[in-house]
Amino acid sequence: MWDYLKLVILGVIAVLAAIAANYARDVAYLVNALTVMAAAAITFVVVLRGMDEDKSIDTSEYMDGVVRAGVIATAFWGVVGFAAGTFIAFQLAFPALNFEWAQGYANFGRLRPLHTSAVIFAFGGNALLASSFYVVQRTSAARLWGGNLAWFVFWGFQLVIVLAATGYLLGATQGKEYAEPEWYVDWWLTIVWVAYLAVFLGTIIKRKEPHIYVANWFYLSFIVTVAMLHLVNNLSIPVSIFGSKSVQVFAGVQDAMTQWWYGHNAVGFFLTAGFLGMMYYFVPKQAERPVYSYKLSIIHFWALIFLYIWAGPHHLHYTALPDWASTLGMVFSIMLWMPSWGGMINGLMTLSGAWDKLRTDPVIRMMVISVGFYGMSTFEGPMMSIKAVNSLSHYTDWTIGHVHSGALGWNGMITFGALYFLVPKLWNKERLYSLSMVSWHFWLATIGIVLYASAMWVTGIMEGLMWREVDAQGFLVNSFADTVAAKFPMYVVRGLGGVLFLAGAVIMCINLWKTVTSVEGKSPAAVPAPAE
Amino acid sequence: MSQTDKNKPGEVETTGHSWDGIEEYNNPLPRWWLYSFYACILYAIVYTIAYPAWPLLKEATPGVLGFSTRANVAAEIEKFDSMNAPVESKLVAADLTAIAADPELSNYTNNAGSAVFQTWCAQCHGSGASGFASLGYPNLLDDDWLWGGTIEDIHLTISHGIRNEEDADARYSEMPAFGRDEILSDEEIGQTVQYVMKLSGQDHDMAAATAGETLFLDNCSSCHMEDGTGDIYQGAPNLTDAVWLYGGDAETLTETIAQSRYGVMPSWKGRLSEADIRAVAAYVHQLGGGE
Repeated sequence: MWDYLKLVILGVIAVLAAIAANYARDVAYLVNALTVMAAAAITFVVVLRGMDEDKSIDTSEYMDGVVRAGVIATAFWGVVGFAAGTFIAFQLAFPALNFEWAQGYANFGRLRPLHTSAVIFAFGGNALLASSFYVVQRTSAARLWGGNLAWFVFWGFQLVIVLAATGYLLGATQGKEYAEPEWYVDWWLTIVWVAYLAVFLGTIIKRKEPHIYVANWFYLSFIVTVAMLHLVNNLSIPVSIFGSKSVQVFAGVQDAMTQWWYGHNAVGFFLTAGFLGMMYYFVPKQAERPVYSYKLSIIHFWALIFLYIWAGPHHLHYTALPDWASTLGMVFSIMLWMPSWGGMINGLMTLSGAWDKLRTDPVIRMMVISVGFYGMSTFEGPMMSIKAVNSLSHYTDWTIGHVHSGALGWNGMITFGALYFLVPKLWNKERLYSLSMVSWHFWLATIGIVLYASAMWVTGIMEGLMWREVDAQGFLVNSFADTVAAKFPMYVVRGLGGVLFLAGAVIMCINLWKTVTSVEGKSPAAVPAPAE
Repeated sequence: MSQTDKNKPGEVETTGHSWDGIEEYNNPLPRWWLYSFYACILYAIVYTIAYPAWPLLKEATPGVLGFSTRANVAAEIEKFDSMNAPVESKLVAADLTAIAADPELSNYTNNAGSAVFQTWCAQCHGSGASGFASLGYPNLLDDDWLWGGTIEDIHLTISHGIRNEEDADARYSEMPAFGRDEILSDEEIGQTVQYVMKLSGQDHDMAAATAGETLFLDNCSSCHMEDGTGDIYQGAPNLTDAVWLYGGDAETLTETIAQSRYGVMPSWKGRLSEADIRAVAAYVHQLGGGE
């Protein structure tokens, strides 16, 4: 019966998408509508073929299929996102790479949101989906709530990624950083996200453990807050239901403030809180040590989520934003420093008594350097939010360097560590295929990040100083083009850093692939049982 | 509180919880962390007293220091404006041709003119003022001038611009689109191109150039002059030298004659002060090609 209902819904979606494609007013909308139609049709066939199959599943087992899919998606989108980033880094150094024949599709302006969305939402988002589904089951000793709803969340999220990415290339964007997808993608993401919250919360509610583990606090805060941010920042009115264009509800500085309230907390709750959830599970598991301080985890959790939400205005220092809002954004950022570091302390100190593992276990090394980069960028952030520093750093490449030391160093490395932890467990293997390949990945990625971040510090501070340089009579000394020319060598170094980071990720994919295909299997899978 | 076998003697207790084998120590908050957190909070409180911070019903608390970014910018602009006011009024009053000889004025126009140029002119003419050959943005370093290279000519061009819609005094001329408007046939255009290439001393087709000479004299010489040396009063380029605005190869010349060109420069009179216009005119004049 339930299957018949699904078929009806899928059929209706496919027909509606076909109608939308027929009346489409722009290419992006047309391609997106056809994509939705294809997705509905494929799902229709899959459901139809599975109708007379035996649906009974062993609910005493963890639901790991969706986690496996998430792990594969994370690795895949990671490589796509890193490759796009490396390419656009070279486009900045060598503008000829904005090929004439690809104008309007593959020039820097189109590829840049593709890169940011691919790494943050496709790579990072899938890492969060997969790890949160894994962690919440293990730490609640319960199978995921909602049956196949988790699969809906997974595939729904992949559809969001594909719609957004093709839309960017064809020119559909609402021009809001990290929130570029147009209205219908936003609506779809809202549905997927509510389902995600239901699965996660449902699992926590039916947990067999008396307490909720700290990692799940962070995951939950990430899911809830991202939902709120997404809804408010994407308030817009479509120009036509058959076109991709929409008009924002807010205007002027209010729109800017809404955007950076969103943008800053996308960093705060997506890339910080969510990934702290990963850290709180995988670091103690891999180190086989207790978490350093329960007390610290409570205090820094609540301080972090209370303070982070107010820090957005520091993205708009010295703009049309009123001074008072600027001040508050800055002081909340300063107060955020220690709560952020609480996570670093808990991560690093968990290793006390197991420091020797740094020598023998490259996966632990990856996690440690990730926490190190986390500490560094959560110090750098509050520092850059200070108005005097910001007057130099704002609009320069320093910001880009800061973001990447956080994204590559913290988010990237902790995700790699989690993938190395998860793959042998999920595919029931004795061990990873090659630890020396993990070591290679570690060093390539680390050197890549160092090249990237230091190149951007140098260009950032240099261009900041060049922009503000005035002569004795108060006239600007340099033109904008002068600063662009001066940055060239560092842009090449940045691109090379990207190449190294990408090479490391490719090595990881080979290693994980070989782990699944050629490492001998292990005894039967674990069953959910509360820890005694 | 449970002690596990992971605990060594003297180690702190765990909380007794365990999730998938993960336990938690009950370590106290690190002192340095806690006091740093307090210090940051204290700093935040003091800062919000000193600076504009807390929004109230009508406006925000102004802060005891009276800080305002807008006031700061205004003060900084005012500082330089008042400092430069004497030399600027002297510049505006001076005869344009006398600027170069006056050390005080020329020193000022070199700096100020350079800054104005880097801010407003470099987008088209390049930060080094060498223009963009092939895009039609003239090189300002050479002595080949479309509308004249004396300081008065340059001043006039900058003040009113070229072929723009907003300034009635803009320099104006328009070359016919000989191909698009069907004034000349494709063959005739080809012959004219060969003649222009002959004028500029390039390799050319003898026979076509001979035919092109008549066409040139009939159609082009009223602006470009019979000898092809151009006319600065009409902005008609000299065709006998090696300097080209859009390019001197056969293909580009064909395009130019068939479709015409219509290079536009904005009027700066309403956007820059007279002192700034004079400064940048003097700056461009001394770059190398000024007459």
